[in-house]
Amino acid sequence: MKAFSYERPASIQDAARLSAERPDAKFIAGGTNLLDLMKLRIETPATLIDVNRLPLAEVADTTDGGLRIGALVRNADLAAHPRVRKDYAVLAKALLAGASGQLRNKATTAGNLLQRTRCYYFYDTAMPCNKREPGSGCAAIGGFNRIMAVLGTSEACIATNPSDMNVALRALDATVETLSAEGRARQIPIAAFHRLPGDTPQVETSLERGEIITAVTLPKPVAGVHIYRKVRDRASYAFATVSVAAILTKGDGKGNGGIGQARFAFGGLAHKPWRVEEAEAALVRTGQADAAADAVLQGARGYGSNDFKIPLARRTLRAVVAEAARA
Amino acid sequence: MEMNQPIGHTPLDGKPEGLLGRPIDRIEGRLKVTGQAPYAYETRELKNPAYGFIVTAGIAAGTIRSIDTQAARTAPGVIHVMTHENVPAQGEKKEQVWPQLAGREVRFYGQPVAFVVAETFEQARAAAGLVTLTYDVAKPKASLRAAMPETYKPKPAQTDPDSALGDFEGAFSAAAVKLDVEYTTPAQIHAQMEPHATIASWEGDRVVLFTANQMLNRGQKSLASVLGLPPENVRLVSRYVGGGFGSKLQALPEATLAALASKVIRRPVKVALTRQQEFHVGTHRTDTIQRIRLGADKDGRLGAIAHESWSAAAEGDQFFETSANVTRSLYAAPNRITRHRIANLNTPIASAMRAPGEAVGQLAFECAMDELAEHLSLDPIELRVRNEPAEDPEKKVPFSVRQLVPCMREGARLFGWDRRQAPASTREGQWMLGMGMSAAARLNPLMPSSAAIRLGPDGILTVRMAMTDIGTGTYTILAQIAGEMLGLPIERIRVELGDTAFPAASGSGGSFGAGSAGSALYVACDELRQTLLKAADLNPEGAVFADGRVASGNRSEALADLAGANGIEAKGEIKPGEMKQKYSQYSFGAHFAEVGVDADTGEIRLRRMLGVFTGGRILNAKTAHSQAIGGMTFGVGAALMEEAAIDPRYGSFVNHDLAEYHVPVHADIPAIDAVFLPELDDKANPLKSKGLGELGICGAGAAVANAVYNATGIRIREYPLTLDKVLKGFEEQEARAQRRS
Repeated sequence: MKAFSYERPASIQDAARLSAERPDAKFIAGGTNLLDLMKLRIETPATLIDVNRLPLAEVADTTDGGLRIGALVRNADLAAHPRVRKDYAVLAKALLAGASGQLRNKATTAGNLLQRTRCYYFYDTAMPCNKREPGSGCAAIGGFNRIMAVLGTSEACIATNPSDMNVALRALDATVETLSAEGRARQIPIAAFHRLPGDTPQVETSLERGEIITAVTLPKPVAGVHIYRKVRDRASYAFATVSVAAILTKGDGKGNGGIGQARFAFGGLAHKPWRVEEAEAALVRTGQADAAADAVLQGARGYGSNDFKIPLARRTLRAVVAEAARA
Repeated sequence: MEMNQPIGHTPLDGKPEGLLGRPIDRIEGRLKVTGQAPYAYETRELKNPAYGFIVTAGIAAGTIRSIDTQAARTAPGVIHVMTHENVPAQGEKKEQVWPQLAGREVRFYGQPVAFVVAETFEQARAAAGLVTLTYDVAKPKASLRAAMPETYKPKPAQTDPDSALGDFEGAFSAAAVKLDVEYTTPAQIHAQMEPHATIASWEGDRVVLFTANQMLNRGQKSLASVLGLPPENVRLVSRYVGGGFGSKLQALPEATLAALASKVIRRPVKVALTRQQEFHVGTHRTDTIQRIRLGADKDGRLGAIAHESWSAAAEGDQFFETSANVTRSLYAAPNRITRHRIANLNTPIASAMRAPGEAVGQLAFECAMDELAEHLSLDPIELRVRNEPAEDPEKKVPFSVRQLVPCMREGARLFGWDRRQAPASTREGQWMLGMGMSAAARLNPLMPSSAAIRLGPDGILTVRMAMTDIGTGTYTILAQIAGEMLGLPIERIRVELGDTAFPAASGSGGSFGAGSAGSALYVACDELRQTLLKAADLNPEGAVFADGRVASGNRSEALADLAGANGIEAKGEIKPGEMKQKYSQYSFGAHFAEVGVDADTGEIRLRRMLGVFTGGRILNAKTAHSQAIGGMTFGVGAALMEEAAIDPRYGSFVNHDLAEYHVPVHADIPAIDAVFLPELDDKANPLKSKGLGELGICGAGAAVANAVYNATGIRIREYPLTLDKVLKGFEEQEARAQRRS
C-alpha cells in the first residue's frame, strides 16, 4: 500500500471540491473493494476522502412514487428495506445474491456502482493491463479469460463489471444523482453511467472529476414478476458467470405468447450491465426467449475459456422466462 | 518399540466406556476461540520484532538484470533490504527447501527476489512496492500438456515410480471389455486458514523460529542445512497451526528469509505470506494427466489394469504426484502396470497436498471403475466386490485389515443406494438428480516418534514431544491416550507440543500423526505403568489404573503419592518394523453422493453425501468425524470447483486469490455425514489405529463426479466439473437428439 493522506470533509460540497482539487484522490465509503486494491498497489490514491459521515444514508420516497436511495445506504440495509422488498424485489434479490453478509454490511450503494472488475490480470501488477496501466496491453485476450466479457469488448479490454446490484438498477431504469465541485447537481441515467472499454478502459463511468454520487433514484415501481437469476460456480460467495435481472408480466394471451411486458438486463457479459430494448420487444412480440436472446447476443464473441457464456446467457434467459410463466 | 509383530492385548482394549474414543471437545478449543492460543505470527515471546515483506518475481523464467532498492532503503521505517547482492552466505538445499535470494536466476513466477524489513508491517509492504527489477526474460515452460514429449521417469523417492506384474498388454488386448480413458486434474492450492508465518531470532550462532510448520524435526534439519548450521542450533516452535493440508510439511522461503534478515539486523524479524503469495511462494498440488486402461471379462472380473500418471515438478526438483500408487493395492487383476512420469516446468514448487497421490489418483481411477460398471451394466458396488483381492495384488502380502466391502455395503444401506436410477432419468423441476459412489483407500504409514512424560507430585501428568496439532485434535487425542493408559481424568493431563526442544516426533502429515505420536506416548505410558507398579510394590497381574489410582489385589495407591517429591519420568519411542513389509496397510471407506444438476445452466449442487470408513481404533469420535467430513469437503471442492489456472504464457496461477480460486462454502455442503465401522488393526501400531486425516478426501470427488454422470449421462474427464463442461455435454446431447428427429 502506498502512503496516502486522509481527509474527512464536513459537507458533501466540500467532499466534491476536495476531490476536484486533488487529482489523485479517491472517495472511500465501505472500502470493501478499494482497500484490497490499495494493498495490492492496483489503486494508489494520494488522498482518501472519507465520506462515511456525510448525510447520504437515507432511503426516501419520491414525489412521483419512486424511491431515492442515498449513496451511503449499505447493501444489507437496502436489501432489507420494506419498499425495496415490496416494490423493487429484483434489486433486493440482486443485492442478496452478491458477496457475503459481512461485505454487504459494509458495502454502499455508490461504492457498488463503482466497484471495479475482477479480471485476474487487472489484479496482478506484473501483468499487462490497459485498465490498470493504459497502453500496457491486455493479458486477458489470449489468456485464461473464463470470467471475461463476450459483448461490447474492445481490443484494449475484455473485462466485465462484476456487480449484481448494477444489473438490477439497469433493469429498473435507475438514475444516478451527482453533485459537482461547482455545486451543480446532475442526473445520469444508469444506461449512460457505465461505459464500454473502447480505447480507454481505465475510464469506467461518465463521472467527471470532482463529481460525487449523492443518490440513486428509482422510478415508480413496475408491476410484474421480479427475478434475479445468478448463475455461479459455487452456491454462494462467487461472482456471476452470467446473471439476469428481469421484470416480466404475463400477457393477455392474445398473440403475444404469454409475456405482456418485459424488461431484462444481463450481468457477467460486458463491461456494463447489458440491456437491449429490442430484445425485450422481441420477447413480447414472439413470446420466445430464443428470439430475445438472438437480439441480446448479436455480435457476441468468445475469447476461448469464456465461450460458454454465449450459450449460457441464452439458456439462462430461457429459464427466467419459463420461471415467469410459472409464477 | 519396533512394530515387528501384532501388538496383542493392550491396556486400551476392552474398555468401551473409557476415555479413549469418546467424542470430547478439543482441550485447547477454548483458547482458540477466545484468541488466547498464539499462532506463529502472534507470539509475543520474541520482543521488538521488525517486519518483513517478500518481493516476488513477476516473471517465470529468466535472469535479474538489475534490482533497484534505493527508494525502498530510504522509505520511512525501512531497516534493511536484502537481495541476491547482499544476502548472507547460505548452506545447501535439503529436500524441497532451497537457499533464498541465491542468485540472478528466476525459475518460477513468484520466486522471492528481495526481502524488505521495516519497523512496521505497513512500512515494509509500502517499501516492498518501491523495489524495481529489470529482467532478461526467457520463455517459460509452464504447460504440462505441451511438455509431455519430454517427460521422464523421476528418481525413486519413497516408492518406485513404476510397477509391473504379468503381461498387461497381452491381457488388455485380449480382454472382452476394454476401457481406455484419460482424466486430468488441475493444480490445486491448500488454502489453509493460517498463512505461512515465521518470527525468527538469533542468540549467538543459535536461531529460534516460531513458525507455522507441520513437521518440526524435518523443518529443523532442512533449515539447518540451508542456514549452514548444525540441526541442534536450530529450534522450531509451532504450538498452534491453523491448518496445513501439506502446505507446511516443509519450511517455506519466509522462514529462511526471516532467519537470514534477523541475523543481519540482530533483531527478531517476523513475516507472513499474503494470501496472494500463498499461491506462488507456497507450494501447490501439481496438475496431472492420467491414462487408465481396464480390461475385464464380461462378468466384470478385471484381467488387466494400467494406471499412468504425468505430473509437473519445479525446475531442479523431482517431486512426483504418486497418483497410481494406490491402484497397486486396490483391485485384483493378474496383469498390471503403474507408471509415473514428470516434466520440469517453470511453475511454483509442486509438493504434497492432502492425500498426495491418492486424492487425484482416485479422482480418476474411481471414475474409470464407474465407466466400466456402466459398460458392463453392473452396479458399481458389485463390480468392486467382484474384484476384491484376497491379498495385496502387487506386494503379495495380506492386508492388515481390509473392510472395503463392508464399508460399501453399509454405506449403500444407509444412503438408500437402491433408489439410484438409470443415468439421466430422474428430474425434480429443473434439477436433474443423480447418485454416485466411490471406494476410498489411503496408505497407513507409521513414522519414528518419541515422547517424554512426567508424573508430578500433584498427580498431573505432563506430556512433551515435538509433535504438532495442525487443527486436527492432536492435543486432545494424546491426552485421551495418556489418560486411558494411566487411569487419569483428562483434566490431569497437560500436553505440550510444538517445540524441537522436546523429544523428536513424527509431526503431522501423511495421516501418520495420531498413530505415530500416539504410539510413542503409549510406549512411554506403558513404561510409567511398570515403574509405578514397582514403586507401589503391586502385582502387575490384574493391576487396574483408574481414577488417579492404581490397584492390584486388595491394595491401591494414588499415583500422586507414588510420584514422590521429584515426580517420575518415562520415555517412549516407536519405530516402524516388519509389520510394514509383512502386511499391506490401508484405511478404507466408501463414499456416496447425491447431486442436482440444473438442466438450464449446468450448475452442479451437492445435495447430500455420506462416507463410511474404517480406520482401526477411533481415538476421538468427534475429531475423527471432523477429519472425515473435512476431507470429503475437500473432495467436493476438487470435483466441482478447485482449479489454480496456469497461464502458460506467464507461468502464473491466474486466479491467485480466494475470490477466484473457489473452495466450497457452507452453502455448497448442505448435508454431509461420516460413519466409522468398528475395527482394530493390531498390525498398524500399539493403538490399533490407522490414519484418518486424508481418508475422507480419497475417492470423495469421484463419488460426486459419478453422481453427475448418473444425473445427466454426461461423463466429464477433466476436473473440476464446472458448469461450462456440463453445458458442452448438454449441447452435444441436444445436437444428437436433433439429428435423430
